[in-house]
Amino acid sequence: MEWMAWTTPTAIFFIIIACTLTVFTVLAIKFPEAPRMGILRTETTRGDRLFITLLGSAFINLAWLGVVGANQPYALIVCLAYAVSVFRWV
Amino acid sequence: MEKTVNQKAWFLILPVLLLVAFSAVIPLMTVVNYSVQDTFGKNQFFWAGLEWFEEMLRSERMWDALGRQLMFSAIILVIQVPLGVFIALNMPKSGIWSSFCLVMMSLPLLIPWNVVGTIWQIFGRVDIGLLGYTLDALGISYNYTQNTFAAWVTIIVMDVWHWTSLVALLAFAGLKSIPDAYYQAAKIDQASRWAIFRYIELPKMMGVLMIAILLRFMDSFMIYTEPFVVTGGGPGNATTLLSIDLVKMALGQFDLGPAAAFSIMYYLVILLISYVFYTVMTNLDKKGG
Repeated sequence: MEWMAWTTPTAIFFIIIACTLTVFTVLAIKFPEAPRMGILRTETTRGDRLFITLLGSAFINLAWLGVVGANQPYALIVCLAYAVSVFRWV
Repeated sequence: MEKTVNQKAWFLILPVLLLVAFSAVIPLMTVVNYSVQDTFGKNQFFWAGLEWFEEMLRSERMWDALGRQLMFSAIILVIQVPLGVFIALNMPKSGIWSSFCLVMMSLPLLIPWNVVGTIWQIFGRVDIGLLGYTLDALGISYNYTQNTFAAWVTIIVMDVWHWTSLVALLAFAGLKSIPDAYYQAAKIDQASRWAIFRYIELPKMMGVLMIAILLRFMDSFMIYTEPFVVTGGGPGNATTLLSIDLVKMALGQFDLGPAAAFSIMYYLVILLISYVFYTVMTNLDKKGG
């Protein structure tokens, strides 16, 4: 695995992503849900909302880095607020 | 009838998951690892944090390449989609000529990218190429190695030649799926040719057209080989599209860190646009069905 040039932060990042995907997979199997219509006027499931959250969070982090350029961890607070909004209204 | 629910069926996609893991997930993870480090070779890495992302976000070179890339994709979509639909509308619907047209239309799609590039590189040359020589003989100044406009025209015309057939074939498949009853109803209503297109053909083609737009967008957004073979990204940086710039950075300069940060951002943009297209297509399908 050395050729993959692992670092502790990137390993933690991927572990969190893997855990999130596992939890959502288990949730989808144990508690199947019907897709619902949100503010985007398109039907979404929990998995869709997770995807929108993760993708949006990547862009929020990039935007924070480009515009603010400091205190990057604070971007995660914005991501959290974004995640709550997505799961509530999308 | 109630459908049988069997979650064990998920195991059937395990081989595909393994394949994707080796061909996409593991390389992607490696790119993420590279993007936060610096290397001078010999597999030695030094932590750089978010430095490369910051550098790339402020890099004029990257924004210029993105601008050129978006312009290229927009131009080819604006040309190829209407042209493809126009060709499909005018193709014979049945008989031997229909088969002949289908085969002829498929030919450019079968040619490998680097061969297409080589064909157009020679075709456009003023000394030995038919196109370049003819334009020169007509007194039209054309030199794709020195003139930015000529270089852009060449790569756009090349892409249109190579890929319009795909849009035409998909649109043709959409047209063929329209039952005759629709046309008979239109005839009874004395609908004009435009009305038939607007209210029957276009809505029925919408699903396949969205697939065509998605495929053409993705392909054009990731294009590398053809413009690289024809212009090499020049003159200057005039036709240096995103992937050409990325390869120059990663392999030409061996700047793995910045190139990895660049490719992650490139990937995110592609992912976002694909998701938007996918959502629109799914919604269209639901409305249609």
